Amino acid sequence: MTSLLLQAIASGFLMGGVYGLMATGLTLIFGVMKVVNLAHGEMMMLGMAISYWLFTLAGIDPYLSIPVSIFLLFLLGFFIQRFLINPILHASEHMQILVTLGVSLILANSALLLWGPNIRSVTTSYSLETLWIGEIVLDLPRVVAFLFALFFTFLLYLLLKKTELGKAIRASADNPEAALLVGIEVNRIYPISFGIGAACVGASGSLIIPFYDLTPHVGPPFTMVAFTIIILGGMGSLSGALIGGLLVGVAESVGAILLSSSLKSVASTTLLVLVLLFKPRGLFGK
Amino acid sequence: MLEIEGIQVYYGDLQVLWDISLKIDSGEIVSIVGANGAGKTTLLKTISGLLHPRSGRLRFLGEPIENKSPAQIVEAGISHIPEGRKLFTTLTVLENLELGAYVPKARQKRKETLARVFRLFPILEERKYQIAGTLSGGEQQMLAIGRGLMALPRLLLLDEPSLGLAPQVVKNMFEVIKEVNRFGTTILLVEQNIFHALGISTRGYVLQNGRIVLEGTGAELLQNIHVQKAYLGL
Repeated sequence: MTSLLLQAIASGFLMGGVYGLMATGLTLIFGVMKVVNLAHGEMMMLGMAISYWLFTLAGIDPYLSIPVSIFLLFLLGFFIQRFLINPILHASEHMQILVTLGVSLILANSALLLWGPNIRSVTTSYSLETLWIGEIVLDLPRVVAFLFALFFTFLLYLLLKKTELGKAIRASADNPEAALLVGIEVNRIYPISFGIGAACVGASGSLIIPFYDLTPHVGPPFTMVAFTIIILGGMGSLSGALIGGLLVGVAESVGAILLSSSLKSVASTTLLVLVLLFKPRGLFGK
Repeated sequence: MLEIEGIQVYYGDLQVLWDISLKIDSGEIVSIVGANGAGKTTLLKTISGLLHPRSGRLRFLGEPIENKSPAQIVEAGISHIPEGRKLFTTLTVLENLELGAYVPKARQKRKETLARVFRLFPILEERKYQIAGTLSGGEQQMLAIGRGLMALPRLLLLDEPSLGLAPQVVKNMFEVIKEVNRFGTTILLVEQNIFHALGISTRGYVLQNGRIVLEGTGAELLQNIHVQKAYLGL
């Protein structure tokens, strides 16, 4: 039992890294413009689909198609913000919910229309490779996904901390009026931030396609997970998203063996409730 | 340097400023005093481009600015330090200052300007890696002024710099404003603390219900009975 538990913790931790990257995208979007992106899971699905199709049609390894996912999802996020979100940025929250929910429906159903409801998966030469650490066995693609996810999260952190653009993004999130007054064109920062958030989740999609099946409706559970994570970690907090991702990953996977795999989100939701009982603004919330 | 001619400013359908005209010459400290809700902050927001007048003209160094964006106005040389400081409270002191020099013209000289700001406010250099939200009120106001100066302004708009500060710190703050002015920055000061404000000002305007009701030198206004009636309750 202990080794089974350790096994669950280890694989949950690996998936948690990817969750962290995905949730970082969501928390960035929320932190900068206070918009909840209900199409987040569908953007994950698009990231998976981009890598799936590049693999299936052109034989490109999923890891090599990550930059393509990042680029295309950045553009998608940029234009969604520019043309759909920006006009209603100062409208009430339920307007934003309608818009992003609408985007999610359009994305999922376009996928359904384009390539049908079938479950699709990518099988590479390394799909079934494993690593042994003591008694624990880890799937190689999950280890790679975890490492890449941490790497991208680190890159995003550097971007936000060290670059002029990153500082302008953080300033706009912190105080939009003051950002305007120092000469930051906040209306240009918003689509870029949305694009970066979408790129994070697009990369996450590419990272999981070697071990996670693609269907047009794979998105909503990911949206739920991402929301659980950022509420647990603190809305708008980047470190909260990463730590929350790891926690939720572990909770789901331990929950899956202690309860049953269809009840895995009971574990993460319980964790969420517990955290909110003691820290109503989340672990790193302000 | 700044000429305002007959501007009318609205929030939606509500007119807040009525036919405001004023001018500020290079090197001056000009105060705008008036009660709460008189329209002082609105006037500053109109100058810095956060609001646009429905009619009337704003000219800075001869150029019309009434239709420019806040970023273009910062670039032109006007820096607005808002009421309540509006720092980036989750960023460090240094990051706040760096962002003050965000527009291209100021960014090129960021290092030198930073050294100057640190000479003016040594405490900010000591605290440069501290999160801005954890500074004391007086330090936060210094940071706000420092951030404004980082944009290399010709004209500095200061909105209620003494708000919420202890009396001793307030005195200090007005000394700092005088010093900034001595180094060649023209200052437009909005204050409820009229004694201090008019005391350091070359000229002042009294704003009442969105209209300018009086203007004169600082000393004249201080003595003026209307001012005493309106603000001292005599």
